[in-house]
Amino acid sequence: MIAGISIYEIFTLTSILFFIGIYGFITRKNLISILISLELILNASAINFVVINKYLYPDVLQGVFFSIFIIAVAAAETALAVAIIINLYRQISSVEVKDTEIMKY
Amino acid sequence: MDISYILFIPLIPLAVFLLLGIGYQKIQPSVSGYIGVAGMATSAALSYYAAYQYFFASGKVDGVYQTFVEKTVWMNFTDTLHIDMGILVDPISIMMLVVVTTISLMVHIYSRGYMDGDKGYTKFFAFLSLFSFSMLGLVLATNLFQIYIFWELVGVSSYLLIGYYYTKTSAVAAAKKAFIVTRFADFGFLIGILIVGYYAGTFDFETLNAVNAEGEGLLLNWASTSFMGLSVITWGLILIFMGGAGKSAMFPLHIWLPDAMEGPTPVSALIHAATMVVAGVYLVARLFPMYYFVEGGYALNIVAYVGGFSSLFAAVIALTQTDIKRVLAFSTMSQIGYMMLALGVSSYKGHEGVGYMASMFHLFTHAMFKALLFLGAGSVIHAVHSNYLKDMGGLRKYMPITNITFLIAALAIAGVPPFAGFWSKDEILVAAFEKNQLLYFVVLFVAGLTAFYMFRLYFGIFWGKDTKYHHPPHESPMSMAFPLLFLALMSMVAGFIPFSKFVTADKVGFEAHLNLPLAAVAVGTGLTGIIIAWIFYKKENDLAEKFANAFGMFYKWTYHKFYFDEIYMFVTKKIIFNLVSAPIAKFDKKYVDGTMEGIGNKTVIISEKIKGLQSGRLQDYAMFFVSGVVVVALVFIYLWT
Repeated sequence: MIAGISIYEIFTLTSILFFIGIYGFITRKNLISILISLELILNASAINFVVINKYLYPDVLQGVFFSIFIIAVAAAETALAVAIIINLYRQISSVEVKDTEIMKY
Repeated sequence: MDISYILFIPLIPLAVFLLLGIGYQKIQPSVSGYIGVAGMATSAALSYYAAYQYFFASGKVDGVYQTFVEKTVWMNFTDTLHIDMGILVDPISIMMLVVVTTISLMVHIYSRGYMDGDKGYTKFFAFLSLFSFSMLGLVLATNLFQIYIFWELVGVSSYLLIGYYYTKTSAVAAAKKAFIVTRFADFGFLIGILIVGYYAGTFDFETLNAVNAEGEGLLLNWASTSFMGLSVITWGLILIFMGGAGKSAMFPLHIWLPDAMEGPTPVSALIHAATMVVAGVYLVARLFPMYYFVEGGYALNIVAYVGGFSSLFAAVIALTQTDIKRVLAFSTMSQIGYMMLALGVSSYKGHEGVGYMASMFHLFTHAMFKALLFLGAGSVIHAVHSNYLKDMGGLRKYMPITNITFLIAALAIAGVPPFAGFWSKDEILVAAFEKNQLLYFVVLFVAGLTAFYMFRLYFGIFWGKDTKYHHPPHESPMSMAFPLLFLALMSMVAGFIPFSKFVTADKVGFEAHLNLPLAAVAVGTGLTGIIIAWIFYKKENDLAEKFANAFGMFYKWTYHKFYFDEIYMFVTKKIIFNLVSAPIAKFDKKYVDGTMEGIGNKTVIISEKIKGLQSGRLQDYAMFFVSGVVVVALVFIYLWT
């Protein structure tokens, strides 16, 4: 519970963060930027877990633990994604999204 | 009596067929001929032994020839209705075994010479063996369904052998025609079998033909159900006879037989003269007690009249044909008409069953002399390379053996004593005379016609004009001459077999007497025919032509076989194809196929249009996903109540 800040303000913040992430995911042309946008989405949801835990169920800790899991999973996922991107770069010498359109009809 | 060895009589040809058929590429022609002959000779020896054992040693109990059956259940429907596979031994099946194996053996030997140098030599012998197997299986069948199976098998082998020269269009057409016409008849046969099976509750010959002590059929009162004034069993029998009529080329299902002469001549001798075409006669004889007892022999009357009409019809056509094999084909049809007629006028008991005996007797003798005629004709064709009378003449100087044997066969079929045909034809005349005077005169008239056209053929081939040949014709090799001589011997002596002691309707046997007045009339008619032929054709003259011109229109009609082929063509091509099949085909193409093709085409078109959705761009997919989630969220928030 943070004095002077209501849950709605924090939700507004996380929503903005989330949609910035979505926007970035859809519009960025570089795979690395897309990965960064993805991190924003994950962070928004991690904050939500902590906040909801703190404001609604202050006597338990599951939400907090879950956010720690999310951080761990995000780290793993990032490592994987970067590995894929590096391999992709070796194949086509580019990390642009438009160069990865070969898997279509 | 132990009959299990009889099983080998059909199985040996089957083994030969499989051996020659599978090793077709590997077996040398010279070897395959010997394999075929050896297999058939073994079968023939076994069937002679079986005949000896049955007729002279152990077939008779208390003066009655017994029926021996050995069978296993093959397909079970109900407790009583099941299809068996097995062998049935009684006088007619033993007699048929002897006929089939003898003729088949002779034809095998003959074919070694006739087919010499042919490309499909091994194949030919394989087919011959297949046919022999099917025919022997048909003869030994224990029930209607088994006989039907082998019935179709002989149809197939006949088809294969007629179309043996498959590069010739006419042979292919003839093979198809024979198969389709007999198949059409077999459709009636199948319905008949099903009707009889349904109402009698069994397919078994023994049960169907059971006769009680008073000499009446045990199953007289099946099926009170009637249809159009006749009991259904009578309808069943008529339909079964339809199958028999198709195989035996009875009017109006005869049109395939003359065309079937496109096959090699030994095939014509074996299948289309001696064995397969008499299957119809055999079928009626096999079910004779049924035909005789059910509804006062109504179906049997039909058999008699169809047979009588066919024999007259075919004899008239045979007068004018110029292809020697076609003359023989029509003559075969005419003689089978005789056999049908004889069955049709027969009764069951004792001497009244003379028609049945005469029919079987004639079947036996006819097989011998007609096979001989065909083989003789084959020998002539082999020598002059033509089927037509106009290319022949004066051949007696070149082919003495063929000449003599052909003359013997012609005398036999013309009914001149003491040759075989005289004795069997006399019995038929007696049977017809006692039962139905009208049919008697038909038989007598046909006997005259037979003598005439047969000697027209004989004089036309061996006497008549002195044709100049490019290559002087030569007598056939020994392999071809031996069957001719053997069958000529049979044609001379077969008539002296006391058939009435062995093969009768009630299986008891009786003493047959030669009816002298009837025999004298028949011989007189036959001799008249021969003398007329002598005057017309012995020396080259224009008498015959003048005579033909005098008949004018009638001659033309006869020459064209009364336009039956054309009528059938008209009915099938113009009426059935154009009015029935073509609209149905159109409907099928347009609506049935159209619907299915439409579904397929529409799917393709729609897919083509929406395939752009799979763009390969990750962000497009994310966009769709997010918008979807947004839509679902909005629905859940605002519209879910």
